[in-house]
Amino acid sequence: MDARRATTTVPRVRQVGFFTPNAPPAQPSRTHSFPLDSSSPPLSNSPVNNSLSPVMIPPSRHLSDNLVHRATSPLPVPEPSAFRRPIRSHHVAVVGSYNPTESLLGSSPPLASPSSRVIGDGEFSEESSAGWFRRSNSAKFASSFSGAFDLTSVMSSEAGGFHQVKKPVVAQTQSTKPLKEKTTKAERRALQEAQRAAKAAAKDMTVSVGVSTSKPVKQQPAQKKDAPPPASSIAVSDRKGVERSMEKERRKDIPAPRMQFDDKSRVEKAKKRAVVNQSEARNRVELFRHLPQYEHGTQLPDLESKFFQLDPMHPAVYKVGLQYLAGDISGGNARCIAMLQAFQEVIKDYSTPPEKSLTRDLTAKISSFVSFFTECRPLSMSMGNTIRFLKSRIAKLPLTFSESEAKASLCADIDRFINEKIVLADNVIIRHAVTKIMDGDVLLTYGSSCVVEMILLYAHELGKQFRVVIVDSRPKLKGQALLRRLVGKGLSCTYTHINAVSYIMHEVTRVFLGSSSVLSNGTVYSRVGTACVAMVAHAFHVPVLICCEAYKFHERVLLDSICSNELGDPDALSKVPGRMDINYLDDLTNKDNMQLLNLMYDATPSEYVSMIITDYGMIPPTSVPVIVREYGREYLWI
Amino acid sequence: MWCRSASFILDKQQNDTVSNLRNPPDSLTPASPPPLSMPDTLQNPNPQNNISAYYQTRAAHHAVVTSDWLAQAQAAVTREPDGAPDTSVPPVAGKPFSVIDEFNSWRKQPDLAEAVAAIRALAAVIRNCQATTMMELEIELKKASDSLKLWDATSISLTAGCDLFMRYVTRTSALEYEDFNSAKSRLIERAEKFGEISCKARRIIAMLSQDFIFDGCTIMVHGFSRVVLEVLKTAAQSKKLFRVFCTEGRPDRTGLRLSNELAKLDVPVKLLIDSAVAYTMDDVDMVFVGADGVVESGGIINMMGTYQMALVAHSMNKPVYVAAESYKFARLYPLDQKDMAPALRPIDFGVPIPSKVEVETSARDYTPPQYLTLLFTDLGVLTPSVVSDELIQLYL
Repeated sequence: MDARRATTTVPRVRQVGFFTPNAPPAQPSRTHSFPLDSSSPPLSNSPVNNSLSPVMIPPSRHLSDNLVHRATSPLPVPEPSAFRRPIRSHHVAVVGSYNPTESLLGSSPPLASPSSRVIGDGEFSEESSAGWFRRSNSAKFASSFSGAFDLTSVMSSEAGGFHQVKKPVVAQTQSTKPLKEKTTKAERRALQEAQRAAKAAAKDMTVSVGVSTSKPVKQQPAQKKDAPPPASSIAVSDRKGVERSMEKERRKDIPAPRMQFDDKSRVEKAKKRAVVNQSEARNRVELFRHLPQYEHGTQLPDLESKFFQLDPMHPAVYKVGLQYLAGDISGGNARCIAMLQAFQEVIKDYSTPPEKSLTRDLTAKISSFVSFFTECRPLSMSMGNTIRFLKSRIAKLPLTFSESEAKASLCADIDRFINEKIVLADNVIIRHAVTKIMDGDVLLTYGSSCVVEMILLYAHELGKQFRVVIVDSRPKLKGQALLRRLVGKGLSCTYTHINAVSYIMHEVTRVFLGSSSVLSNGTVYSRVGTACVAMVAHAFHVPVLICCEAYKFHERVLLDSICSNELGDPDALSKVPGRMDINYLDDLTNKDNMQLLNLMYDATPSEYVSMIITDYGMIPPTSVPVIVREYGREYLWI
Repeated sequence: MWCRSASFILDKQQNDTVSNLRNPPDSLTPASPPPLSMPDTLQNPNPQNNISAYYQTRAAHHAVVTSDWLAQAQAAVTREPDGAPDTSVPPVAGKPFSVIDEFNSWRKQPDLAEAVAAIRALAAVIRNCQATTMMELEIELKKASDSLKLWDATSISLTAGCDLFMRYVTRTSALEYEDFNSAKSRLIERAEKFGEISCKARRIIAMLSQDFIFDGCTIMVHGFSRVVLEVLKTAAQSKKLFRVFCTEGRPDRTGLRLSNELAKLDVPVKLLIDSAVAYTMDDVDMVFVGADGVVESGGIINMMGTYQMALVAHSMNKPVYVAAESYKFARLYPLDQKDMAPALRPIDFGVPIPSKVEVETSARDYTPPQYLTLLFTDLGVLTPSVVSDELIQLYL
């Protein structure tokens, strides 16, 4: 029993994180305690189970359904154990089985679904209570996905599921019993079966009047034999109250895993609700199948035509989304600011629908906008942090605030975030960085980072004598724009491509790089090519300085650039604009044996980074977790 | 009002009682003169520009005897106005109080580190301060610490000590709820406590490092460091059997002094010339060095030659241990050797150097953290990367 729990714990916890952002809206009241109380008895099986609340299980679109149901029907009150046990049986299944849906291929659901559908649908039709509906919903998930993960449990639970529906429960529990008296695992399974039986019974009791009472009656003895379950469930449900807040905290801490785009079933689902009509690119590189890759340029006209039809989407959000899609806004700070300003517009135009609370409805709205942004272009980690900030601000609005007050306070918060975390932070970084520029230095930078540009310009203003080497790479060639601006300001620059970086590094004394995000292990997640430059610089003993605002720090850990990355337009690699003579790949794009990979980011290991300049000063990469720990929550509180 | 700086001092006996703030002696000079007189004391006592005060302090403490230095030291001492070398005697009543004087008098104690002297001097500032509000007091303190830092910009531990003291003293929430006098006495209390902690640091470090010195080991040391000496002394006193390789420590021959001290303790010592580090590294089990300053990256700034010793030790997989008190933690982040204010020193080559030949006179170098194994501090035994964590927690 314990062993099994241990194995399931880790993935499930991660799972929990996935749904966290969506979780709050499902809770009908502001205080966290009550809704959880009503919904979490099912989880109270063990401390491990506690962290998994059914609230988290349905993806966002289900949540809105739940919301409706919740709002219209009375809340399920903590109920007699007859209710609790059945529910729990669902969740026991959930524990072992739910996670894989995220990470594994969705090949197993077909196997599992028939039975689970039966259960789910049965409940669906029979139950009138909203709470029941939600639980049955989660149970459906649970049993349908169990096949993907824990085979042993699947076999038993699925079998159980079939039996349950078709046969009297007693027979089933008894049949399974003999083999599990011995070991703890077996006991637990028996417990599960009993609970499932009890649930079915309870369901029958609550719903159907005409059903004969023989089933429940018969079933009772079966349960009596497994005395522990009711006792433990009650005991744990008490304890759960204490741990609830802690669990909630922990859940918030866990980063959301990304959507795996090689998971066909989920991709299908995601597509159905997507606003942006993306067609997937062919010939994706095997290693990067889990990342979204779309045909570029196909969706834009389509979306533009939808501009006036899309009701739920705010025009400001729509505009920014289209700009992301078209690549008009790029760069971490610019994207963040654009997003925040769009949200500001949204908040200004927002009015709470009747019978809804601002906190909940606005969060749901923001979530839907965020998913729209994600469809346009995958969010950067800094944007994730920003969204977290905004949502926490919304959640922490005092209840006493009127709508206009709340809106004004949110807008002010957004302004302050932009000001403090981006604009002022940049100023501080510049001031720190300039102290590291001496007369006669040769500074190398890669691509175009706005904060590095500001540093160079400021150092030039201060009259420091230095030279700049701008290293650039295809296909974006952002460095050219930077070069133009710097040359315009009178700096002496050298421009080269990344192919020549090992040649030019001889004369360089400092390397200044921007970054998209800095992760807890000191890894710098930045534009592709940065790692190469940093490694060459390290080999030449040239110090590498990373300039990054602290709001881009993320507690996640990244070991390679494969797990989390973004794929750009593969055609950008094969086509060179303005060069008709380089057309070797023109007719090859549809060949099966050719795959184009245009990565957008890479991860620079911390040992190649000499220093990270941030708004808290100059720190070694080993101190990133300290900043995340000490100040990461700060902006959730400001 | 707050312009009146901390440089006024009452008699120590008088201001031991904090309450007599109200009636300062009439003999005090008006407010303006002390700032004017500051520059005199601010001036480095040394007439020669290219020798930093850092070096002089070192030289004074480590009893280095180069003929060249002797003359300078003589000059420096005679220039100093303070006639009373005994620190227990407080400055004469009515004489304008100066942090620098106070600092210098503390500095004369051979066992007292520069930073601790600065901390003591700053504590005296609080004691002698005539401010009537917290804000004034803080401003005076700030001024005093600034002037101390200015007095020797090249000394890292002095700067770090001043900064830390300011942090330690002023960062207390309790101050806001009390009236000024009790707040002040609380500050003095804190200041004294901090001074004590700093003094005890060496003992703590010595105790912590005992686990790392085992019987029969060979320890290589570089230069003269009081902490390292304390560590070795403690080890010798606890009857550990070990031998020590002392580098000579050119040009001020600090290694000679350390070997003298160790010989007194009956520890087997071997003297090496500085260039024999790599030659003898094979026989060495660990390298022990002190530090002038521990910087944010976790690296150390120490006497010239530490870097190469650490490099050699690293390439031969020998551990490099640094013993440093936590008041030496500085918010600096040198990227390379040239990225810090150089502390210059005279070098006597024994023969005349042609005028065309340049002499590298820098007195210290920077050892990056990747070549250090552990740091023994009064905060505990730390890996280099923890230094930055501690600094962030101290300063932010």
